[in-house]
Amino acid sequence: MIISVASGKGGTGKTLVATNLASIVDDSIYVDCDVEEPNGHLFLKPAIDKKEPVAIPVPIVDKTKCAHCGKCAEVCQFNAIISGKDKTIIFEKLCHGCGSCVYFCPQEALLKKPRIIGFTNTGSFGNNIFISGNLNIGEPMAPPIIKQCLKNIKKIDPENQKIVIIDSPPGTSCPMIESVRQTDFVVLVTEPTPFGLHDLQLAIEVIEQIKKPCGVIINKSGFDNKSILKYCNQKNIPILAEIPHDMEIGKIYAKGELIVNNLKYQDLIKNIYEAIIYQYNKKEI
Amino acid sequence: MKIAITSTEKTLNSQLDPRFGRCQYFIIYNLETNDFECIDNINKDAVGGAGTAAAQLISSYNVSAVISGNFGPNAVMGLQQLGIKMYSSNTNSIQSIIDDYRKENLKEISDATVPGKHR
Repeated sequence: MIISVASGKGGTGKTLVATNLASIVDDSIYVDCDVEEPNGHLFLKPAIDKKEPVAIPVPIVDKTKCAHCGKCAEVCQFNAIISGKDKTIIFEKLCHGCGSCVYFCPQEALLKKPRIIGFTNTGSFGNNIFISGNLNIGEPMAPPIIKQCLKNIKKIDPENQKIVIIDSPPGTSCPMIESVRQTDFVVLVTEPTPFGLHDLQLAIEVIEQIKKPCGVIINKSGFDNKSILKYCNQKNIPILAEIPHDMEIGKIYAKGELIVNNLKYQDLIKNIYEAIIYQYNKKEI
Repeated sequence: MKIAITSTEKTLNSQLDPRFGRCQYFIIYNLETNDFECIDNINKDAVGGAGTAAAQLISSYNVSAVISGNFGPNAVMGLQQLGIKMYSSNTNSIQSIIDDYRKENLKEISDATVPGKHR
């Protein structure tokens, strides 16, 4: 079973929830898909045994064959090619690696060249498996790295028998969608502020589009839960848990430690896990 | 010789549009005949690569130079390789910018004046 921990707004507590959940489930897989700023390793302190590069295919021009017909620039959806009278110019950082230009070139003058944009890590912590992705600094495209992380899950757990916890990137754009589209249940972490509610609404609109069961965790609970509760009630979305606005949780987190190691919070995390499983099974029936 | 100027509207009295890749219109002006035509910037709302798309678009009109307010890094690289000169101007009417160009009062650009933007 794959559980994605996502949010609209950043800084609501995705990593807090995901790392603590992954550490209480025996034989789980934790996957840090927040590849632009992965930080799950700070809390789970895994031993990494494999670091593999991720590349996307970008075109290179064979100048002896190119007739400057402009077909490649015409088919490119990302404006990554300019075709001049006597020159074909490739903008590698705009290229999404779709391969259309290579496919459509009438002269077969374009070749695919791999361009490394980041890497994935695989390792372990305790009895559990750790996977994370890193997008290289200055690179704009996160989804290829996330896709590779998801492939790595499949390699390790082809039958989907383990509990996989995906720590999603914030927002509601391509990287977030990539990290929730293959999931069985989405946990949306929010906070009781106008921003928290606003971005939760955006995230739920995405989840509705891709038709996944989901539940909401209100972190830093206590300010103004009413607006979140009212919205979730209208949408018929279950509240999985409320994590109190507690200075101690902040202190533990800031030290790079897990709150489950503190007896006071163990039940909180266990209850979140049980609530996820309960809601997931309920949706199945 | 033809030049392109980024414009907010369709006439020579219009004001300069200070964005190259995401301008509203390009005025293509013929310096010999004083004729001009106005073309829509169809890529102004592109998610990414508006600068390269704009360079591609104006190059198909065989212009030797382009005048705008700011140029991003991809646009500068593309226009340079296409051999199209870039000039920066303050906001002003298209007609007075053309006069400035004739008097060689405009600053030629070889580096990006603004960072790239991703939508």
